[in-house]
Order: sequence, then structure tokens, then C-alpha cells
Amino acid sequence: MARKITYQQAVNEALAQEMARDETVIVMGEDVAGGSGADGEMDAWGGPLGITKGLYSQFGDRVMDTPITESAFIGAAVGAATAGLRPVAELMFVDFMGVCFDQMFNQAAKFRYMFGGKAETPVVVRTMYGAGLRAAAQHSQCLYSIFTHIPGLKVVTPSTPYDAKGLLIQSIRDNDPVIFFEHKTLYTLEGDVPEEAYTIPFGEANVTREGSDVTIVTLGRMVHVAHEAADALSSDGISCEVVDLRTTSPMDTDTIIESVENTGRLVVLDESHPRCSIASDVSALVSQEAFDSLKAPIRMVTAPHVPVPFADNLEDLYIPDAAQLQQAVRTVMGKD
Amino acid sequence: MQLSKDDLLRAYRIMKTVREFEERLHVEFATGEIPGFVHLYAGEEASAAGFCMHLDGRDKIASNHRGHGHSIAKGCDVHAMMAEIYGRETGLCAGKGGSMHIADLSMGMMGANGIVGGGPPLACGAALAAKKLGTGGVALAFFGDGASNQGTVMESLNLATVWNLPCIFVVENNGYAEATSSKYSVSCDDAADRAGAFNMPGVVVDGHDFFAIHEAGGEAVRRAREDSAPTLIEVKTNRYYGHFEGDAQTYRGKDEVKNLRANRDCLDLFRARVTSADLVEDAELDAIDGEAGDLIEDAVIKAKAASRPAASELLTDVYISY
Ligand SMILES: Cc1ncc(C[n+]2csc(CCOP(=O)(O)OP(=O)(O)O)c2C)c(N)n1
Ligand SMILES: [Mg+2]
Repeated sequence: MARKITYQQAVNEALAQEMARDETVIVMGEDVAGGSGADGEMDAWGGPLGITKGLYSQFGDRVMDTPITESAFIGAAVGAATAGLRPVAELMFVDFMGVCFDQMFNQAAKFRYMFGGKAETPVVVRTMYGAGLRAAAQHSQCLYSIFTHIPGLKVVTPSTPYDAKGLLIQSIRDNDPVIFFEHKTLYTLEGDVPEEAYTIPFGEANVTREGSDVTIVTLGRMVHVAHEAADALSSDGISCEVVDLRTTSPMDTDTIIESVENTGRLVVLDESHPRCSIASDVSALVSQEAFDSLKAPIRMVTAPHVPVPFADNLEDLYIPDAAQLQQAVRTVMGKD
Repeated sequence: MQLSKDDLLRAYRIMKTVREFEERLHVEFATGEIPGFVHLYAGEEASAAGFCMHLDGRDKIASNHRGHGHSIAKGCDVHAMMAEIYGRETGLCAGKGGSMHIADLSMGMMGANGIVGGGPPLACGAALAAKKLGTGGVALAFFGDGASNQGTVMESLNLATVWNLPCIFVVENNGYAEATSSKYSVSCDDAADRAGAFNMPGVVVDGHDFFAIHEAGGEAVRRAREDSAPTLIEVKTNRYYGHFEGDAQTYRGKDEVKNLRANRDCLDLFRARVTSADLVEDAELDAIDGEAGDLIEDAVIKAKAASRPAASELLTDVYISY
């Protein structure tokens, strides 16, 4: 039975259902309960935005507050995953990856291959990303392309409550290290979500809108920006197809190419910086695999190559919006 | 260490200015006009003042996310700080940084920091530069009990001893890292206990007592300046507000803050001490109270009236534009 819940509730529910199903699933991170060692309420926080709140009350010490020591606890989650647990560790903001990246990209990512296929590392790192909360340069980045670059890591970027739940359950059940990106402005988004547990397979993009003139490949929060632009463009008689990547590693290259073969035009919409981004990667893929189908040069719509500014007006300018996307679509349609 | 009357008035002015700044931000934040995350330093003022009064133009500080007090004590312009927190073009960082990234390198304030544990390695670097360039300067890193567990902090303590750096490490232990108690997160009774492992002195001081901090800070700065040697000091302090504005603080004990404000307030204790010893008169402190209040009022009015950064600023201060 589906009912409407928020993205935040979907994440919480996926964690609760998997913890109930499988005793080896544990949750750890800074203030994932909150209140450890203090005089007042335990389970006081559930992370800074309350996403994991209530899990401690249900699962007790399987929900562990950690000291602020990302290298050690993300690494411990990785190690525990090789030794029988299925840890879900929270890296509060993906911007903090700098403190613990070695444990993810040199350790977790490498084991399976480097140990000749003998290792399994079923760890999930959940993390918040993206601009829009006036959180400035060190709390607003996307960074998923950096993880996507590393062989051995799976990278998940759900855009809706339905996808958040299904992809998180898949992440927990998956036997490889997964980094799960939650966009902080999506937490309050509501959508239909089944009550029962379900999984969404990795590497299957979602065509969230069918169209015939232009393919818009996008991910995460930007899926909603793409729909806004597509709605506006349809009243001008331009028909957009929107492809939500859902996972950037593995990436569903077939769906992207098939769509571009049908429409003959591609705009890639990505909230991160333009160089070495998902946008540039998808563009390269299509120019290599579907060049003959293209009726116009590919356009990328991204944030600029600058850190995320604090001032509200500058941050609003920084984030790619529907107007910029519409402009790019008109350009590839030869209508600007 | 003997403090002149001027020093006492200066110390009080710093602490009071910080207090007014933070109390006012608490009120203004609730109106919804201030964007982003704001972490207030109210309750901890004696620490910033007690250390920074020993520092001069040669010296650098590295701060953390709770950096307004450190910035004011190191001499940052209060109007420009307020404008920065509002995200205005007149801000100390032109509105591009915000509360968590206030910096003024010309004043030796190397920056607040959004990354817990980000500051101490930078302070090691500033100390190294002072040493190599022979400036006579020292560097001081302020960080929290939560940060004291971070690998970067442990590595910095080790490096400071290995390289004999004129560096001072100040753990402001306010009892919590977000909602997690330091009783849970710190492996030893006092974070300062770790100093022994890094072969430097570890000192614990009462963070409500300006004079204790000033004395410990004086010795640590002397040791850094004269002997080029590091010290770790733990200040036992308290914050009056939540981790950030908007924190419901249900993890705190009942009446915890009320009791602290009533009995352990660093400004009240300072006033009682200097007036009972007839060093300063109440009226002189009252005058500073009034001036600090006026200063902050003016800073808020000007910040609100200032323009937001020009749109073209989005693409400046970075080496490449596309
Ligand atoms: C590397 C990193 N991890 C986590 C955070 C999130 N965070 C910001 S402040 C904070 C608590 C810091 O506690 P403490 O060092 O005691 O300083 P206090 O806030 O008490 O002044 C946390 C966990 C961060 N900003 N950076
Ligand atoms: Mg603290």
C-alpha cells in the first residue's frame, strides 16, 4: 500500500525496515541518535536535520553516536563490513569526505578487486549534499562525480521519496560499498511510497518524462528542475524527455543512448561544477556512442566553476535553474 | 600576571561586545532574516578574550565554526562581521563566506572553519612561517571538545612538538559536540591529558574565570614566543545557546543553562572580582555595557541596510571562469 511520505521519512523507514529484517545492519555517525553521555534526552537529534531520529528508540545500541572522527568511524564501518556486519555510516555532509576519503577510495573501493575477488564490503555511507540552504562553501557541494570516478564504489543519487526508499534498501542489501547521496533540499518533498520494503536495482535510469525533441539527462534535485523546464517548454511545442540517472555508478548508458537516438538532441543538467562532472561524462559518452544521431551540439547546464557562495542572491544564481535549462534546450532546438 | 586598569577595561569590553553580538544574533536569527547556520559563543567569552589579549599583530589565530568571539577578540571589525553574517557586500568576506567562514588575514584571523578539526594544521603552518621568517609571532588554534578527537588535531599536536613550533592549542570544552556529551566522546577525563603523549604541557583552566585563562594563556604564549614550544590548554566552559540556532537542546539537563547564567557567568564573575577589589568601578563597566549595546545596534542597522553582493561577484575570486 502506497501512501504519501517525505523523502526524509522514506530514508528513515528504509533504515528501520532493514534493521528489523537483518540484525547485522547497524547505523553509526555523529549524533545519529544524539545525547550520548548527556543528562537530557537520548535520541535527541537523529542527525542535524532529524533524519535518523527514532531509530535509537527502536534499535538501541545498534544505533551508535560517534566522536567527530570520520577517518576512524567511516574506516571502522568499512572494516566491520568485511567482518560480518552491514554498517550504514553517516557522513553528515559530503563536504567532510576530505577527512576520511582514504578509507573509502583506497580501502573500501579496492578490496574486492585487489584481493582477487575474495572480499565483500557491504557498507553504505549516507551523506547530505547540494546547495540551497545558505550553508556556504564547505557544506553545499555535490562531489558525486569524485566518487563516480573511483572503480569499486557504487554511487546513488535518489530524486524522490520512492527512489530514496527503494535505492537505500538496495544499497544496504548490496555487497559492495555504496555512497548514498541525499539532497538536503529534497528532505521535505512528498511522494507516494509503498509501506512494504522494496528494492530498485542499480544501473537502471528512470525515464521520468517521455518526449521526442530533446533528451535531458539529470540527477538528484535537478530532476525536478528539468520537469519544471519541460512543462514550460511543452507550451512552446518543445517535447522533452527526462532521464533521471538514479545511480551514477553503475551508470545506465543504454537508456541514455537510446533516448538520444530517438530525440537527436542532448542537454545534461548537473548541479555540480562543469569540469570532470557527470555532465561532461555523459556528454563524452554520447558524443562517442551516438554522434551520428545528434542533430545539434550537446549542451551542459551546470553550476559555475566556483565554490558555493554564502549570500542568498549569489547562491540562487549559482544553482542551475529552469530558465537556464530552457535556454539550453532552445539552443539545441535552434530556437534561441 | 598583573593587569593594568586599561587591560581590565579592554578585557571587559571584548567580552561584553561578544556577548551583545551573540545575544543580538540570537534574537535576529529568530526573525528569519539571517541565512544559514549560526553557532553562538555566548558563555565562552572569557576564553577568546583571555588568550587574544596576549596576541599582537605578528600573531595568528585559527578558529572554528563558533568563531564570532575569536574574531572580535582578535580585532576583526564588528560592523563588517555583522554584514558578513547577513550576506552583504560590506561583509568582511564580501558576503561570500558567512558566519562559518569569517576571516580577516590582515588582523591575523585565519578564518572560522566549517570543517571540525580544520584549524589546528593551519595554525601549525602559521607557526612554522613565523619561525622560518623570524617574525617573533605565534599561532593559536581554538577548537572544541568534539574537534579534540579529530585525527587532524592529534596529528597537529605531534607535528608541533616534532618541529618545535610556537603554537598554542586551545580546546574549548563546552561539554558538547552538537548533541553528544564530551563525557561520551573524549576518551580521557580531560582532553588536556593527551598533551603528555605529545610531550608538551597540558593545562586545564576554568573557562568562567577570565583571570585563570589570562594567566594560563600568558604562560603558553611566552613559551611559544621565547622557547618556540607548543602548549595544549583545555578551557572548561559552557555555551548558553544551542549547537546552532534552531537547536531544541533536549539533550541538556533541566535548568542547566539557567544555573550557569546565574552562578557561573564569566562577565558577572569578572565584574564582581574587579569591583570588589576596587580596581574598576561599576559605573565604568556600565558605560562599556552601553557602548557595546550601541555598537551592535548600529552594526545590525547598517548590515540590514547594506546591499547584497553584485551578481557579477559570483564569478570573481576564483582563477578560472566557465
Ligand atoms: C569534519 C566535520 N565533521 C562534522 C562536522 C559537523 N559539526 C559541526 S560543529 C560539530 C560539533 C563540534 O563540536 P566541538 O568541537 O565541541 O565544538 P562546539 O560546537 O561545541 O563549539 C559538528 C559535529 C563538521 N562541520 N566537520
Ligand atoms: Mg563542544
